[in-house]
Amino acid sequence: MSLVSRIAAWAGSLTRELKDFTDYTESPRRYRRLRRNMILLGILGTTLPLVLLAAFNYHQFQRAMKAELVQPLRILVNRTKHSFELFLTERLSALGFIASAYSWEELADEKALHRIFQVMKKELGGFVDLGLIDREGIQVGYVGPYQLRGKDYSDQAWFQEVKVRGRYVSDVFMGYRMFPHFVIGVERQADKGEWWVLRATVDTEKFNTLIASIGLTETTDAFVVNRAGVLQTPSKYYGKVLEQCPFPLPPVSRVPMVVETEDPFGREVLLGYTYSEFPSFILMVVQPRAEMLRAWLTLRSELFVLFAASLLVIYLVLYKVTGLLVRRIQESDQIREASHREMQYTSKLASIGRLAAGVAHEINNPMAIINEKAGLMQDLIETSEFCPNREKFLGLTASILQSVERVRNVTHRLLGFARRMDVQFEELSLNEVLQEVMGFLEKEAFHRHVDLRVELSEELPRIYSDRGQLQQVFLNILNNAFDAVGDGGWVRVLTRREGQDWVAASVEDNGKGMSEETMKHIFDPFFTTKKGYGTGLGLSITYGIVTRLGGKIQVRSRLGLGTAFTVLLPLRAPQPGGGQDGAMQAAVGG
Amino acid sequence: MEQCRLLLVDDEGEFVTTLAERLALRGIQAKVALSGEEALKLLESEAFHVVVLDVLLPGLGGLEVLRRIRGSYPGVEVILLTGRGSDKEAREGVALGAFDYLVKPVQLEELIRKIREASACNALEKPWKA
Repeated sequence: MSLVSRIAAWAGSLTRELKDFTDYTESPRRYRRLRRNMILLGILGTTLPLVLLAAFNYHQFQRAMKAELVQPLRILVNRTKHSFELFLTERLSALGFIASAYSWEELADEKALHRIFQVMKKELGGFVDLGLIDREGIQVGYVGPYQLRGKDYSDQAWFQEVKVRGRYVSDVFMGYRMFPHFVIGVERQADKGEWWVLRATVDTEKFNTLIASIGLTETTDAFVVNRAGVLQTPSKYYGKVLEQCPFPLPPVSRVPMVVETEDPFGREVLLGYTYSEFPSFILMVVQPRAEMLRAWLTLRSELFVLFAASLLVIYLVLYKVTGLLVRRIQESDQIREASHREMQYTSKLASIGRLAAGVAHEINNPMAIINEKAGLMQDLIETSEFCPNREKFLGLTASILQSVERVRNVTHRLLGFARRMDVQFEELSLNEVLQEVMGFLEKEAFHRHVDLRVELSEELPRIYSDRGQLQQVFLNILNNAFDAVGDGGWVRVLTRREGQDWVAASVEDNGKGMSEETMKHIFDPFFTTKKGYGTGLGLSITYGIVTRLGGKIQVRSRLGLGTAFTVLLPLRAPQPGGGQDGAMQAAVGG
Repeated sequence: MEQCRLLLVDDEGEFVTTLAERLALRGIQAKVALSGEEALKLLESEAFHVVVLDVLLPGLGGLEVLRRIRGSYPGVEVILLTGRGSDKEAREGVALGAFDYLVKPVQLEELIRKIREASACNALEKPWKA
């Protein structure tokens, strides 16, 4: 699989994971993974274009920089070539002029030839000697440092070339005096049918002056080679005159060219060169690449720093933004989960109410019959003059009536669910309600040595609420607290004002506490931890009442340490229909 | 003060006859009707102070019977009995003019107290114990 399709597949799976994020479980790992995926996708989405852009820019810059560096080199090569060509053609022209301007007789005159040679040396420079050669190839006149008069050139290649092409420029060679020089020659066809050749030797010292004058930098090298690759001028780094040039001959080009290559020392260099047709030579200028690209390298490192900084900024922004986003998601999930739980309670309560209403009738009617029959039995026993086991029978009927009463209580309580009880709002003191309820429990507290600590706020404002319902609420909560503490434990009841619009009553105990799992279910109908004697209705009824009264109920508990129930009640009676909002706010705290 | 005359209306015969017997033991005369129709018929022929009426009756429903009593016998008080979880109907009955309602199973003392509150008739228990 290619890298691109791999990345695409991976990005696809990340996106799917993000889409599938609809499970409301509050696993922190889940949110961490969501955040990680968002960051990765974000990085992928932003970095990929950035990398492409950077790569494109890098490439463009590189090209532009190279062109900018190559162009001066090309100009340099061209200018130097022209200097060389000029130098050579100047000398050829001078020789041709002399050959044409003077007659054979004048040139053959040794004195005249000497004078001409002196003028050439003075005016043009670089000439070493001058010779006149006749049709047979014999040097008939010579001015110079050697004794070359009478030398026969007839069988030499250059002589034949002059005969054919009219002029000639030799390669550089070592002469008798062991310094590099070259030969130029031109022919002359006189009107009278006379034919001769004028030949001159030129010192290559002038070449060095030419190269020095083009103003090369320290590390730049320039030299001339012939078509055989032999150095015609000395090179700074690549050999002396007449040594083989280490660079292979580049492809023929009349216009200046620049190629990238490696020199014999392994350095990367730019080689500028051009071919000259006549006189035939190749000019080469060599410049180390590193030096030329120094500016480019600086730019490149700047580019890299910019790129890295951009990445850092992207990552930081992503990190912050995703953190914020995921936190928001988590919060909204929690709210949704709470309201979900809320709805579950409400629908459970409603269905139990419906069930209770149906069942209650079926139970209450037979119970009424039992009640009346047992009542009549009791009446009859009481009014009978004579009744064996009278006391026993009275006990039995009383027991039946008590049991009926118990069933009645259960069914009535069950009906509390179904009943849309009209809450009777009246102005009341929460402290008073609590004191009334605690009155029921004082005896139990005394017998069990439970320390009932009461800390009621004296500044507690009076509230509008339902006295009977509140009694039921606090009786339930206090009963639970008494059940939770062992003999000798404590139960603390306190009230306080809570902000502008609320009062709070807390019931705390140092009893056995609850696990988190238990806390999730305490308001569920029929959920009980009091195996055998609990109906599991107490707290769900409590919850329903508090909600109806527009209040909230909060629970904190730690297994083995105790539990605290806090009931928050509004100072004013809730608006009709506002009860639902209250229910939504009810929270089970940890 | 005139002795209270009661009419107990409930389709549960076992319940209503036993209740009448117990009331009789306490010197309170009560007639029994097992349906709404029967009750209305009895009302035509006899005068009652208080009618104790079950809300859930077969045929003519308790509330309909109540409505007719209220229409024809404004002097007769009605106490409703309900065995139902929902006391909606009972409340509706109170709105229609019933004196009050009680939830079954009801304690006799409570019923007598209610009757006493409802009517000016004498529902005082006779010293019935021997």
